[in-house]
Order: sequence, then C-alpha cells, then structure tokens
Amino acid sequence: MSAPVAETLAAESGWQRFRRDRAAVWSGWFLVAVAAVCFLSPWIAPYPYMEQNLAHSAMAPSSAHWLGTDLLGRDVLSRLLQGGMISLFVGLIATAVALVLGICYGVVAAEVGGRAEDLLMRGVDVVSTLPLTLVVILATVVFGQNLPMIFLAVGGVSWLTMARIIRNQTRELRGSQFVQAAESLGQSRWGIFRRHYLPNLAGTIAVCATLTVPGVMLLEAFVSFLGLGVKAPMTSWGLMIKEGADIMEECPWLLVSPSVVFALTLLSLNFLGDGLRDAFDPRSSRK
Amino acid sequence: MAYVLRRLLEMVPVLLVVVVATFFLAHAVPGGPFDKDRPLPAEVKARLEAYYGLDQPLPKQLGNYVVHLAQGDLGPSLKYPGWTVREVIGSRIGVSCALGFVSLLVAVLIGVPVGVLAASRPNSWLDRVPMGFTLVGICVPSFVLGPLLALVFALGLGWLPPCGWGEPEHFILPAATLGLITAAPLARLTRGSLMEVRSLDYVRTARAKGVPPLRVWFVHALRNALLPVVTYLGPAAAGLVSGSFVVESLFDVPGMGRLFVTAIINRDVMLILGTTIVYAAALLFLNLAADLANAALNPKVARGR
Repeated sequence: MSAPVAETLAAESGWQRFRRDRAAVWSGWFLVAVAAVCFLSPWIAPYPYMEQNLAHSAMAPSSAHWLGTDLLGRDVLSRLLQGGMISLFVGLIATAVALVLGICYGVVAAEVGGRAEDLLMRGVDVVSTLPLTLVVILATVVFGQNLPMIFLAVGGVSWLTMARIIRNQTRELRGSQFVQAAESLGQSRWGIFRRHYLPNLAGTIAVCATLTVPGVMLLEAFVSFLGLGVKAPMTSWGLMIKEGADIMEECPWLLVSPSVVFALTLLSLNFLGDGLRDAFDPRSSRK
Repeated sequence: MAYVLRRLLEMVPVLLVVVVATFFLAHAVPGGPFDKDRPLPAEVKARLEAYYGLDQPLPKQLGNYVVHLAQGDLGPSLKYPGWTVREVIGSRIGVSCALGFVSLLVAVLIGVPVGVLAASRPNSWLDRVPMGFTLVGICVPSFVLGPLLALVFALGLGWLPPCGWGEPEHFILPAATLGLITAAPLARLTRGSLMEVRSLDYVRTARAKGVPPLRVWFVHALRNALLPVVTYLGPAAAGLVSGSFVVESLFDVPGMGRLFVTAIINRDVMLILGTTIVYAAALLFLNLAADLANAALNPKVARGR
C-alpha cells in the first residue's frame, strides 16, 4: 500500500489489485456459492419445490425442514433455491439485454456526433427522469407474466446509465490516435467497432454489467412483490418476501430467510462491482 | 426566467410521448374493465363501452383523450362509477404527497448530517460504522425493510400500529421505511463529495488565512459539496415513487401508489393513464426544481446556461 501509485499501477495487473480487495473477493465466492446451489437445486433441493404437504403446513424450522414450511406445507429451503434460480436468471439475462441496448445506443450516439448525438443523449436524460417502474409493471401485465417478457421489460429500462458511460468512453476512443490511424488506413466502421472499440470498452462493460445486476434483480423482485411479476407455482425471492410479509405475524421465518438471502446477494454484488471498478478502471476509482 | 420557461415547454413533448406510450400499453392489457366473474350481457357491455367511448378506434380515442387532457380533464373512472379520474386522484394525492415529503425530510435530516460527520473524521469509527450501515441500507430494498420494521416495532414491541391511516402514528413506519432507504445513498454521496471538496485549494486557502475551522467546514466546503446531493434529490424522488407502491400496499396507506396498482388489477384504463401522467409530471417538475436549486447554489451553473 505504501508504494507510489504510478509504480503500483505499472507493476500490477488488474487481477492482482482485485485480489487484495478482500470484501470483493469474498463477495465473489459467496455469489459463486449461491449461484451454484440455486442452479443445482433441481438435483440437490431436499424436496420438490412445489410439493404440497398440508399435514406439515406452516411448520417452524426443524431438522426435517431446515427453514420451515409455508402455508401449503412446501419446504422453504427448496423454494428459496428455486426462487434464487429465477431471480439470478432474471438478473443475468435482463442485464445482457440492457448491455446490448446500452452499447448499441452509446456507440451509435458517439459515432453520429453533432446535433444528432446531443439529441440522442438528451433523450436518455429525459427518459431517465420518467417513472420507469410504472412502465415495467404495465409491460409485464400487457405481455403476460412470463419470464421472457420480464427479462425484456426489466432490461429494456435498465440500459440508460450504460448508454451514457459507453458513449463517453467511445467519444474519447474516437478522438484517439490509434482510431484515427485505423480510419485513415481505410478500416470500416464495423471493423473499428470490433477491433478497437470493443476491446477497449471491455473493462468498462464488465464493471457496468456487474453494477447493473443488483438493480435489475431489485426491479424484478419489486414487480413480483406487487404480485405482477413471476407467477405461482414458480417463485422468486421478491414473491417469497411478499408471501412472507403477508403472514409475518404467524410465520416470521417465511419472511426472514428470503429477505436475508436477497439482501446478502445484493450486498455482495455491490461489493464485487465496486472491487472490479477499483481494480480495472483506475480513472473512475473511488476518491 | 427564460430558462424555466424553456424547460417547461420541453416537458410538453415528453409528456405527450408518455401519454401515447401509456395509452397503448394500458389498452393492450388483456381483459377489460367490464369483465366480471359473471359475464355481463353483451348488450349491456356494448352500451357501457359506447358510453365511455371505448368502442371507437384506438387512434380516435387517443385523439379525444389528448384534447381533453389539454383542458385538464383526465376522463371518467371506469371502476368508480360517477367519479372522474381527477376526483379519484385528488382524493389520494394528498396522502402520497404528505408521505413523500416527510420521507424526503427524514432522508435529508438523517443522510446529510451522517455524511458530514463521517467526512469530518475519515476512517475513524465515526466514519466506518455509519458507512457500513449505509451500505446495508443501499442493499436492503423497501419491501424488505418495511416488513422487518413492522415485525420489530409493531408486532414485536407493540409501539406502533402495523398498518392503517388517519392518526399521526400511522405516519411513522411508512415514512421511516422510505426515509431510511433514501438516507443511505444521500449519506454516502455527502461524504464522498465533502471528501473531494475539502482537499481543494480554496478550502486550504481559507484555512490558511485563518478562517475558523467550523466556518470553513460549513460555509466554504459544505456549500459546494451539497451540489451533487441536491442533484440527486430529483432521482431520489423517483425512487420514493416506486417505494411508495410497496410501502402503501404494505401499510395500507390510501395513496397514489396503491391506486395505480389497483387500477392495473381492475383494468381501469383511464385511471392507469391518469396516475401515470400525474407521476411523470411530478417527476419532471421535481427534476426541474433540483436543477434550479443547483443553479441557486452554484453561480457557475447559473451563468453557464
């Protein structure tokens, strides 16, 4: 830590810097573990997540049901894993949607330049002031509460920040000498995008994506919480929190376990995103 | 003044886009407002639809709607017979405004002082402990914090009513939920921005020429440091809006958020449109207010525009 900054930057790769950030590394491992158990849940869950057993309804945590059972006698742990799978799925795919939209919009804006660029970016400013949550809710209701539509709706409103950042970076790249050299050698715009923009944007994109995932998961949980997202018998963490909140007087364990897991996951994603940003994006690192 | 006027004029096309988009989305919602458990006779349904103009082609309906909207008429509610959307919203908006205002107040009164305190002793326990809490606050969404607060303070300790509306104590849990959630990013922002400003030359100069430390801190540094915080209040209000959906259904508050959700469930197209427009307009105005406040604090912004 005592080494001069310039020396540290030159001597270390991003990964070495990242590995020193203990919070970020632990968060990374935590997320890997959560994702692994959730995605393996069809094989390792103690019970099928939709199996009802009314004889064992609303039981507090015990050795047979580690996290208790809900009103229909379904095992909370199994449902937590299945719900996690859906929540993580939404997080990843909706982020991918946002990523594609954001990169396209940002790069196009930077490429066209001039008044058109101003107009495009002003459009982003305006749209980001609108109540987008309302749009997501409406869209999921309109297009049926199925998963692909939730991916699209959530991703479709989460690309604005990404577009801004990508546009700023692309503009910088566009003025740089190596891009001008490629232009004067007659490389096509697509070639420049593929060979010069994308590799140079990769770090920014990775950081941006990691920081978008928690927002996206939050949005899905929020819509599901209002009863307008994922539908029974499937579940997601947002829906489980909602169901838990409805009967928290009688069965607090139904509320506590999904809340804690969801909050921890979001916390880890934020730590991981901050860690990646500090390690790979020295320009925008924390002051 | 010309600037304010230009910004206000800019809002018109934006709102128009919102109206058109919401209009088609709301009309595309499967199921109609007159679909009941027992189907209405076709004749009755047709007359109802004719009465509300729902039998006309969509573009014509949209045209009518926009013309009425320009006169401040949001149309009739389909689920509250005899009420106009304006009256329905009018009966609810006060509650949401009050709740939003109190929450924002709570957020600023907690967030800014905590951020200032943390920045005054960086890396001490006074910095680390509150900043740890704010990190948790950022990751715990309103629909987790709300039920947990209710679980502890209403059901566990019995100090507060778990839900309901009308008495002053009904305010506490919803406002605390929304306020604490917003206070966390505010505190981090205040701290970060103060840390940046306090190392600037002009602050050092002020200190060097013998300005009392507290005066440097509050008059010189804080005024500049608050700029990003004020800018953040606009988007923060948007966060309060979506938070209010959750909090209002959780604590049984008769406000706009719950109205919107029930309007969707009831397929009350007119009410969906009305609430969305009111929300969009409110957010646009709040952003304008934040920008104006910024200009008042920062002469550079004021001259630049």
